[in-house]
Amino acid sequence: MKKKDLPQDESKLDDVTRELCYAQDEEGNYTTDLSKGWEVKAKALDVAWKDIKERTDEARSKVERGEASPVLFFMESRLMDLPILAGYTGFWQWTIKRHLKPEIFKKLSQKKLQKYADAFDVSVEELKHMRIDES
Amino acid sequence: MKVDFNHIQSAHCENGVTTNLLRHAGIDGITEPLAFGMGAGLFFIYIPFLKVNHGPAFSFRTMPGHIFKRTCTSLHIPVTRKKFSSPAKAMSHLDGLLSEGQPVGCQVGVYYLSYFPKEYRFHFNAHNIVVFGKEGDEYIISDPVMETETRLTNYELQRVRFAKGPLAPRGQIYYPSPKSTLPDEETIAGAIKSGIRWNTKMMLHVPGGIAGISGIKYTARMVSGWRDKLGVKKGGQYLAQLVRMQEEIGTGGGGFRFIYAAFLQQAHDYHKHDSLLRASEEFTNAGDLWRSAAVQSAGIYKGRITDQADFDVVRDQLLQIAEVERSAFKRLKSIKWAK
Repeated sequence: MKKKDLPQDESKLDDVTRELCYAQDEEGNYTTDLSKGWEVKAKALDVAWKDIKERTDEARSKVERGEASPVLFFMESRLMDLPILAGYTGFWQWTIKRHLKPEIFKKLSQKKLQKYADAFDVSVEELKHMRIDES
Repeated sequence: MKVDFNHIQSAHCENGVTTNLLRHAGIDGITEPLAFGMGAGLFFIYIPFLKVNHGPAFSFRTMPGHIFKRTCTSLHIPVTRKKFSSPAKAMSHLDGLLSEGQPVGCQVGVYYLSYFPKEYRFHFNAHNIVVFGKEGDEYIISDPVMETETRLTNYELQRVRFAKGPLAPRGQIYYPSPKSTLPDEETIAGAIKSGIRWNTKMMLHVPGGIAGISGIKYTARMVSGWRDKLGVKKGGQYLAQLVRMQEEIGTGGGGFRFIYAAFLQQAHDYHKHDSLLRASEEFTNAGDLWRSAAVQSAGIYKGRITDQADFDVVRDQLLQIAEVERSAFKRLKSIKWAK
């Protein structure tokens, strides 16, 4: 890539930082320059977030229909999967799978609920009622 | 307290931490590309048993930690590295080192990294930063991918050091020995040679078919099957994931290929082999091709082009990349090193 071809497109990094990239000068020698972003990868990031939004919305309706516990909703909205949530809570993956069922979730002790609440960065009340502060 | 430490931005976090820490230890002249090359950083692997964000996992670089380790080892610089089971101990150990004037490399997770924009915060645990000071409740941070130094509170730093999930950092810290001896030109030349040799081996000869050149080919074939197997939408999402691994923050563009091309140019200052310059041109070409493949993929995940033929174009681009990189590494392999 030539230095003059380095894209300077809008990105989510605007006002945070620019990225250092390696590119060639006119003589073909490598040098570095800062890039604001590249439309191709900005779009790729959008695709990822659109998918997260869809998964979160679907999880929300599942919980509302009584097909899953709020753990599913928070898992999706916190971008977690079973291994990651197991890491943060200390529960086994199969235990979490059980807790995804509404009837089992309802019977969970305060202590276990607190573990989920901590992992999701919410209060136990917010966890139970699937409320989330989007900020 | 604040250690006198020079924050210099780099393309990739681990390269940056390595070069900045070495410079602090009095070892100048190890540029980012040199560290990347000595550390045999260039790689490609598709990891079949791991899912990242519900999509396939790829990496364009070697295992986290290996660049720092290989670079220091081949320069004969002793390294201290430590993991912790207790967060409290991990923090007090860090404080102790800072008060001794030692800036410290830390492996951290990105998800709770408060100075990153929300859109960039995934559960990725192999990020690297240098902590070089503490004021009140705040730590002063040199994150190599950021233009300027940043800060994290005690709570925030502890949380990112003990992020959970794949590659969990477990509070890991590392730094080169402050009493390192300055490597002479011969040592640097030797480190370059061994980095190239190791990287050649990794890209050409790792068995299994999912890593190195054969990994790129494997991925090419997989990509052309995504449309039938997963549908246009999901196939597009998978392509977007591949592009993000290749281009997102910290790769220097073109999936690290441009950094490697820069490394080979700098290597030529130490070893007068024309093959190094020719291979550098080939990696520039490979990087450009990776970016063309990203542009083609973007057409698919934007929904602009959706035919099987469009997926096949990506496949053919990847197969072409595999050939270019194979030829480049074969060229490097055939160098007759003068000791």
